[in-house]
Amino acid sequence: MTAVIDARGLGKKYRRRWALSDCTLSIPAGRVAGLVGPNGAGKTTLISLATGMLAPTTGTVTVLGEQPASSPAQLAKVGYVAQDTPTYASLSVEDHLRFGAHLNPGWDARLARKRVEQLALDPTKKAGKLSGGQRAQLALTLAIAKRPELLILDEPIASLDPLARREFLQILMESTAEHELSVVMSSHLVADLERVCDYLIVLVDSRVRVDGDVDSLLASHHLLTGPRRDTATLPASQQLITESHTDRQSTFLVRSTEPILDPAWSVAGVDLEDLVLAYMSGASARSQVRQPASAAAQVNR
Amino acid sequence: MIEFHLDSRSGVAPYLQLIQQVRQALRLGLLREGDQLPTVKDVSGSLAINPNTVLKAYRELEYEGLAAAKPGVGTFVTKTLSDESIAAHQQLAEDLMIWYRKARAAGLDSESIDAIFQRTTRSALQEEAV
Amino acid sequence: MTWLAWRQFRAQSIAATATLGALAIVLAATGPHLASLYSSAGLTDCHANCGALAGAFIGQVQHGYSEKVYYLGIALMCLTPAVIGIFWGAPLIAREFEEGTHRLAWNQSVTRTRWAVVKLGLVGLAAIATAGLLSLMVNWWARPIDKAIGYGNSSSPAEFSRITPVIFDGRGVAPLGYAAFAFALGVTAGVVLRRTIPAMAVTLVVFAAVQVFVPTVIRPNIFTPDRLTVPITATTTGLDFRGTRAGLTVVGDYSKPGAWILSDQTITPAGHAFAMPHPPQACLGTGSLQSCFSWLASRHLRQLVTYQPASRFWPLQWTEMAIYLVLAAGLGVICLWQVRRRQVVS
Repeated sequence: MTAVIDARGLGKKYRRRWALSDCTLSIPAGRVAGLVGPNGAGKTTLISLATGMLAPTTGTVTVLGEQPASSPAQLAKVGYVAQDTPTYASLSVEDHLRFGAHLNPGWDARLARKRVEQLALDPTKKAGKLSGGQRAQLALTLAIAKRPELLILDEPIASLDPLARREFLQILMESTAEHELSVVMSSHLVADLERVCDYLIVLVDSRVRVDGDVDSLLASHHLLTGPRRDTATLPASQQLITESHTDRQSTFLVRSTEPILDPAWSVAGVDLEDLVLAYMSGASARSQVRQPASAAAQVNR
Repeated sequence: MIEFHLDSRSGVAPYLQLIQQVRQALRLGLLREGDQLPTVKDVSGSLAINPNTVLKAYRELEYEGLAAAKPGVGTFVTKTLSDESIAAHQQLAEDLMIWYRKARAAGLDSESIDAIFQRTTRSALQEEAV
Repeated sequence: MTWLAWRQFRAQSIAATATLGALAIVLAATGPHLASLYSSAGLTDCHANCGALAGAFIGQVQHGYSEKVYYLGIALMCLTPAVIGIFWGAPLIAREFEEGTHRLAWNQSVTRTRWAVVKLGLVGLAAIATAGLLSLMVNWWARPIDKAIGYGNSSSPAEFSRITPVIFDGRGVAPLGYAAFAFALGVTAGVVLRRTIPAMAVTLVVFAAVQVFVPTVIRPNIFTPDRLTVPITATTTGLDFRGTRAGLTVVGDYSKPGAWILSDQTITPAGHAFAMPHPPQACLGTGSLQSCFSWLASRHLRQLVTYQPASRFWPLQWTEMAIYLVLAAGLGVICLWQVRRRQVVS
């Protein structure tokens, strides 16, 4: 399957600081990819590079096979909802739909109208007077009604209340199913993404720490508990993610595609949140290890 | 038409929960042969879950012979489970009742009984996997 | 895209239309009265003694409400380009950066270049049109006064002829250039600073500085000034009690109606500036004025005047408009370049 976002050695430097370093990713199509990381990790930078808001300092990035924002045709294929879901405060909901219709040849007016009705938004109300959740929904409607192939969302639900968050994700998932969209969504909260994402990218300190199918990541990460041991005794096929020791016991989180056979270990799985947290905390000394492409392709879709 | 729900804290993968709920509905007679399962769009929209999860569950049901997809129309139930499963395994249910009474007589409370049951099930599964 | 640019500009266009409309009413109400004053003063088709008639007319104007409307016209003409730059130009793109809506706009199926060009073009043209309409209205109304001043005489202050600095800014086609330039300046400030209020402040300061600099340094030298030398004789002398340290200065008698006097100096035969001896014995005390003039004439002084004649009004107007339009275009190019850069997110 073709990649929706393909980055090779992508990096961005602001004055002295590298906001993103050496990012190599290939996000397959037809997924809902979650981009997770703490604030300041580089998520917005990566998204800005993918949407053509920024130009790279090093490396390349292609979106749907083309340079980001390179032409009106390329722009039509990508729907982008930026952080804080910007809308024109003095324009009404109806004006926003006209805005979309005038600026996008592929605009689906019927779909836009249907969504606005479904959301029970007053068309004459100015966007500045809408609630945060309604504004986010309006921004999402604008992105979807232009009928893109890919949706890129930068922390769209970060400042919403739980109900608004749930409603946003419901509409997002319904649209993803209906229009067969690929989605890349960033968040600093894993809980938001667990139900929704089937592809994961963890970004910490300007670097990609892990990326891959959620199912295969969960299947290949194991929590090993056993008597106290030194890290060096672990076999080479097991990549160490985090470790912790008491005077008698060692606990390791490892990544391994081979089954763990050593009888001294008791082996458990981890859930997505624990996996992401482990990468975020154990991140500083570790570098990204690529999952072999063939293994990734075998898993599920 | 049935409605799905998800328990995010059960530790069971969402797609498995969907499969279990379909099987349960079939057993209870809420779903019969020929009934349409909710569309992928509706399920992912109401539960706010990834459409691929729903697709995975439906494909698994197809693989087990419980449902079949009609392109452009939807996914439909192909088999009824209600009467067969319960009646056919009446004997097993009775055996289990005997064991349970034995355990209670031995002084075990329900948590201990549950623990024994879980442990036995797991080691049996492990044996099967090998 | 045109729709969007227009929709975002709607509130400002309504304000502009209302202001122009209100002004139109005021001018239409007072214009005919002024015109009738002019013709009853005998100035229409005047052939002889026009200077004196004009002087009488101006005197009448100064005693009525027409004078207030005249000053209102001047004030509006001077302020309008600045207001356009500050309220139409500065927020045009800066506000989008501040509110993050550029990230919405730049993801629609239009390139950044087209987005910026249409915004700049539509509002820029509106700016020029507004300035043009305003200039047309004010010029039409003030024509009688301008013509009267053009006849020139000792009671009409030469400072108010239409080629002199402040009035010049409010006549003819130059205001179109000022409006375009101020607008482009505002937009550029907004694009570079990315914040509306600082952009407004910078626009005001820079535009004001330019509007002081150009008439003082550039405009006098666009065309080489004409020179006039008037020898000071007993009959061509005037004395003017200007507020200089010498107390008195000599003024040569010459008449250049409607001209813009750039410098006016009394020169000695040796070529130096003449300073009245202090105290001027011959001109104070018991001596008569005639003896003072004779004494001055014996000094063989000359009055050296450099000026731009009234006939240069239109050439200066077109040239200045061209200069400002070129500057505006240059700023527009800078804006486009900055908008296309992909270095800063917001």
